[in-house]
Amino acid sequence: MVLTDALKAEFTELACHYPERRAALIPALHRCQEELGGWLSPEIIEAMAEWFDMEPVEVFSVASFYPMFFLKPVGKHIVSVCRNISCDLRGSQELLDRVCQVTGAKAGTNSEDGRFYVEHVECQGSCANAPMMVVDGIYHEDLCPEKAEEILGGLDR
Amino acid sequence: MSHETYLLSRMERGDSHTLAGYEAQGGYAALKKILSEGTPPKDVTDVVKESGLRGRGGAGFPTGLKWSFMPNEEQDSRTRYMAVNADESEPGTCKDRVLMERDPHGLLEGCLIAAWAMSLHGVYIYVRGEYRMSYRRLEEAIQEARAAGLIGKNIQGTDFSCEIHMHKGAGAYICGEETGLMESLEGKRGHPRPKPPFPAGFGLWGQPTTVNNVESIFNVPFILERGADWFKAIGSKKSSGNFLCCISGHVEKPGVYEVPLGTPASTILNEHAGGVWRGHNLRAWIPGGSSTGFLRPEIIDTPMDHESLKEVGSMFGTGAMIILDQTASVVHSALVLMDFYEHESCGQCSQCREGTQWLAQVFQRIHDGQGRMEDIDLLSDISNGMAPGKTICALADAAAIPTHSVIRNFRDELVEYVQAGGHTAVSKKRALPMETV
Ligand SMILES: Cc1cc2nc3c(=O)[nH]c(=O)nc-3n(C[C@H](O)[C@H](O)[C@H](O)COP(=O)(O)O)c2cc1C
Ligand code: SF4
Ligand code: FES
Repeated sequence: MVLTDALKAEFTELACHYPERRAALIPALHRCQEELGGWLSPEIIEAMAEWFDMEPVEVFSVASFYPMFFLKPVGKHIVSVCRNISCDLRGSQELLDRVCQVTGAKAGTNSEDGRFYVEHVECQGSCANAPMMVVDGIYHEDLCPEKAEEILGGLDR
Repeated sequence: MSHETYLLSRMERGDSHTLAGYEAQGGYAALKKILSEGTPPKDVTDVVKESGLRGRGGAGFPTGLKWSFMPNEEQDSRTRYMAVNADESEPGTCKDRVLMERDPHGLLEGCLIAAWAMSLHGVYIYVRGEYRMSYRRLEEAIQEARAAGLIGKNIQGTDFSCEIHMHKGAGAYICGEETGLMESLEGKRGHPRPKPPFPAGFGLWGQPTTVNNVESIFNVPFILERGADWFKAIGSKKSSGNFLCCISGHVEKPGVYEVPLGTPASTILNEHAGGVWRGHNLRAWIPGGSSTGFLRPEIIDTPMDHESLKEVGSMFGTGAMIILDQTASVVHSALVLMDFYEHESCGQCSQCREGTQWLAQVFQRIHDGQGRMEDIDLLSDISNGMAPGKTICALADAAAIPTHSVIRNFRDELVEYVQAGGHTAVSKKRALPMETV
């Protein structure tokens, strides 16, 4: 079983907040992704199905609906560049180009060395501080290609 | 700029996100007063109704009226919920985040007053998954409030009990639509539900539920404390109160500014946001988030309220202004938006699933220089086939409205794209004189 006891204890606690256990599924999938290697492998999906008393295909169908869940292995650092209108107006394309150049990954792919996964994402609610990117869950706002390069350069190997 | 900015006022203190900071500025006074006086719940709803507060999440529905749709407790003994919509994902919108990160107790107090007014058993705050800071601040605030006897059983020693729960989404625009949100909260794909039944009759887990936006609920304690008349006196006739205007794009000082409803868009642009950047001219503007359409510069004096924007063929939406300067391309920005709607359509309705795809494709080919004159009518036909009111939810409308606006207000640009051979050619033409500015 891939789920640790600590995680299962957390799920039990999460489920207390709802009249039906299933409502804890999405928050619990977040915890799996955070703790168990950065993506939701078929083994995790299966284990979650067992814990939630669902069919694996049902869990998969939920997980695949949400852009924040990865169903394939992703690089160590996840770089998400917003491509929506407010960011686009202030240079998100140049930002993405530079991110791709620095990491060697195209949008939607991992870099060859497995260090980075680069993606473009929709509006992240930083429109007044555009353009922006999210790196490993942390918001970086008011960017220019140079600043983005510096941020990526400062990440651990 | 001489108006009072009550929504953002407490944030001047560094500790505005803590209970101490909140209480030092009069926080929880409205709730405590209601509890100690035992104000009848219906009276609380009536004050909200009378204040004229309208939802800040996009549709502008009167908040008090929505609350009054919740079934009478004596006739319907089911468990009753509120879901606070903190999914904030309409492009251009970044206001709820400010409130949650910097004044979370203000939202909690609003939730508790709503819970009293509608005799709720529980409140769920659905925060989009990316908003980690908002989530953390709210979670900490809930812990503090619980420890202080403000959340949980027998609040302030009365027999009023209410739980507030946090819930984390996972990044899908459609989960901001109120029934998509409820499905998502139940642990499913965020597929909007056909209405009726409406949430007040059949909401979360089939129980009576009210869905309200963060900023709507945030206004409630102010209204209860200062009265409906105070609130009604701010703003325009049918749109009361201040709102948080996120202004983004080609402006000198993008930001979140608090202004009374009815403030002319030009005032927000010029006096708050420092005007169009680099001394450029205005080419187009969007008044209330990506779904409200591209408007002409000639009408930038339009008051930012529901009625005035409706009159010019648009909507107040989330009140998020997006500014395009003279070098920008409306066709290009429309393409960005159509790619977005195509990506975010949940796929249940064929008009929306196919329509958003088709719109994105036609805009793409016009953008790339392969467009034909007939494509302009085609865009119009496709959007007429999608909306209004032809689908389960309003995402189809949200894609059709900007499309219609481009055809109506910027037809010249569509024609220019077709004739000149697409984006590269048009931007070259447009950029040249600009270099000399
Ligand atoms: C596609 C779509 C996305 C929406 N996204 C949001 C959102 O992110 N936040 C929000 O508060 N309302 C959103 N809404 C509006 C909600 O359906 C609902 O009207 C609102 O949350 C009600 O709260 P209010 O009355 O306080 O405005 C969206 C609507 C649609 C059709
Ligand atoms: S209109 Fe679009 S997003 Fe809304 S339910 Fe239908 S397919 Fe889904
Ligand atoms: S458009 Fe990029 S954060 Fe909103």
